[in-house]
Amino acid sequence: MTEQQQDAAVLPSADNDVLRVEHISKKYGAVTALVDVNMHLQRGEVLGLIGDNGAGKSTLLKILCGFQPPTTGRIILEGQEVTIKSVAQARALGIDAVYQDLALVNQLTVYHNMFLNREPVRWPLLRNKAMKKLSREHLDDMGVRIPSVDAQVAKLSGGQRQAIAVARSVYSDAKILLLDEPLAAMGVKEGAIILDLVNRLKKQGNVSIIIIAHNYGQVLEVCDRVNLLQGGRITLDKLSRETSAQELTDLVVAEYRKALLERQRAEGQRSA
Amino acid sequence: MTQVSDTVQQAPEVVGGPPGEPPSGVMRLLRDVGALLVRQREATVFIVVVLLIIYFGFISSVGRSAFFTKVDLINLSQVASQIIILALGEVMLLICGEIDLSVGFIYQLAPFIMYFLIADYHVPALLAIVIALLSGVVIGWVNGFLTVALGLPSFIATLGTGFVINGIVLTISHAEQVDIPKSALSLGQWIGQDAWSEITWAVILTIIFHILLTRTRWGLHTVATGGNQLGAREAGVSVARIKYGNFMLSGLLGSLVGLQVAFQTSIIDPTAGGYTPMFYAVAAAVIGGTAMLGGSGTIIGAFLGGIMLAVLTIGFSVIGISANPLPIVFGGAILIAMIANVQLSRLRERGRA
Repeated sequence: MTEQQQDAAVLPSADNDVLRVEHISKKYGAVTALVDVNMHLQRGEVLGLIGDNGAGKSTLLKILCGFQPPTTGRIILEGQEVTIKSVAQARALGIDAVYQDLALVNQLTVYHNMFLNREPVRWPLLRNKAMKKLSREHLDDMGVRIPSVDAQVAKLSGGQRQAIAVARSVYSDAKILLLDEPLAAMGVKEGAIILDLVNRLKKQGNVSIIIIAHNYGQVLEVCDRVNLLQGGRITLDKLSRETSAQELTDLVVAEYRKALLERQRAEGQRSA
Repeated sequence: MTQVSDTVQQAPEVVGGPPGEPPSGVMRLLRDVGALLVRQREATVFIVVVLLIIYFGFISSVGRSAFFTKVDLINLSQVASQIIILALGEVMLLICGEIDLSVGFIYQLAPFIMYFLIADYHVPALLAIVIALLSGVVIGWVNGFLTVALGLPSFIATLGTGFVINGIVLTISHAEQVDIPKSALSLGQWIGQDAWSEITWAVILTIIFHILLTRTRWGLHTVATGGNQLGAREAGVSVARIKYGNFMLSGLLGSLVGLQVAFQTSIIDPTAGGYTPMFYAVAAAVIGGTAMLGGSGTIIGAFLGGIMLAVLTIGFSVIGISANPLPIVFGGAILIAMIANVQLSRLRERGRA
């Protein structure tokens, strides 16, 4: 706890935002997924983006990583307004999303996955030895422990796989990492691998991270700050140490009760 | 020799010894061989091929002619190299999640293209051969277009193109055989006319494709495409290019085999090729351990699978058994190979846990 407070104390000031999202709205036909969302991410910060299913988390993620454009609003990256048109462009800008179970090719070795599509080549052959060496060094650097970089990814655990995916993004000079549900369907031990990795990245301070999750407990431990998304709006923006899993749960439940009441009232009016 | 005597002396100790004790020479050898069989699919096929050769060699040496006469070996190499060369393309396609059913008809078409270019249009032989080879590449591109751009399953797309090409061949040839134009004969030596040219091509191409698959970006991206198409695309791999390219490679190999067989038999036959050699090639790939679902496969395995099917084909005729029950043996071989693959990969899973 004291360590977390220290980390928070040395956080850079608000004008040191690496990413700002201003007045973003997203409509799918008649359905509004995001309503005037304002969000900011500081350099080296770990931000938790929390919300129930359907709150708009994945919509926001898709907008940030170039999968789809917002209906209105602007994205400001390191002080400059950007239009992100594709996943490739997002990646070129340094924004990289890591999805569980989607990122890696199970049939390939760890080092081939680390370098997928960026393989060093001495034409026409792959430089496997160089890839192995660099992968091992980099994974050691990140504290990711695996039996061997020669291992097929299929033989590793879910936590190890995701750690490798994160390590790969960091290695490809990502400045902003979007981790989509990194702890879903993962045991405590497996989740600890990811949380350790995020903590280490936080200490190194080169990347800023947004963790998207609907499970607050574990996420609160590692995040500097949390934003709560409810019905397409950000309803809470607090430092982790100023809030608790209890407060977040209460807010989500209150929202759910309100929605339920509204629906009952609407049905009551219709039947009347 | 010393190792054997060591074993004899140590044997009682090992049996009674603590479980952590390293096993003795012979036991270790057996265990290593076992581990190799479990780990390397190719090793299993290799052993089966060796056993088959010994079996047919033994039977034939007792009875009539010897199995290892030069003529038999030439026949064997020619049958095998056809299957192998077609299988190389199919392995690449199967790994990236596709299949080419039309390759046997590309094989049918290529020599006719060469023939008509020389006979009717007086094109120089070398150029005609190059264009004939390129015809396979073009058809491969069409297969890629149907699969990648129009989103047809390749099983259906290549089934369609196969029929179309078959119809074209029958139409332009009036379903009649033709002789190879004289001007092409000297070049034919290099392609398939010489007794050993085909197997030489097969071996060289196998080495090239093995390196292509295991040591180059193209091979790596082919595996990535079949293993996790979404993930590969996410990483920026051009999945479409990989698929187009592998269809075109398969087409190129198809037209090469077509020309080889034409030169080898000195006749261009409109009923050559078709589905049979294509299915042999797919069977060789599968026997060699290539997964139909994509993501894994080996070139060496397909090479051995091709040799195995050829040994069965030639072996039966050498020992004088009627060729009629041969498909039963083939079917059995495919099923046994698949059952072995599935069981061995279960073993591998267990070994991992």
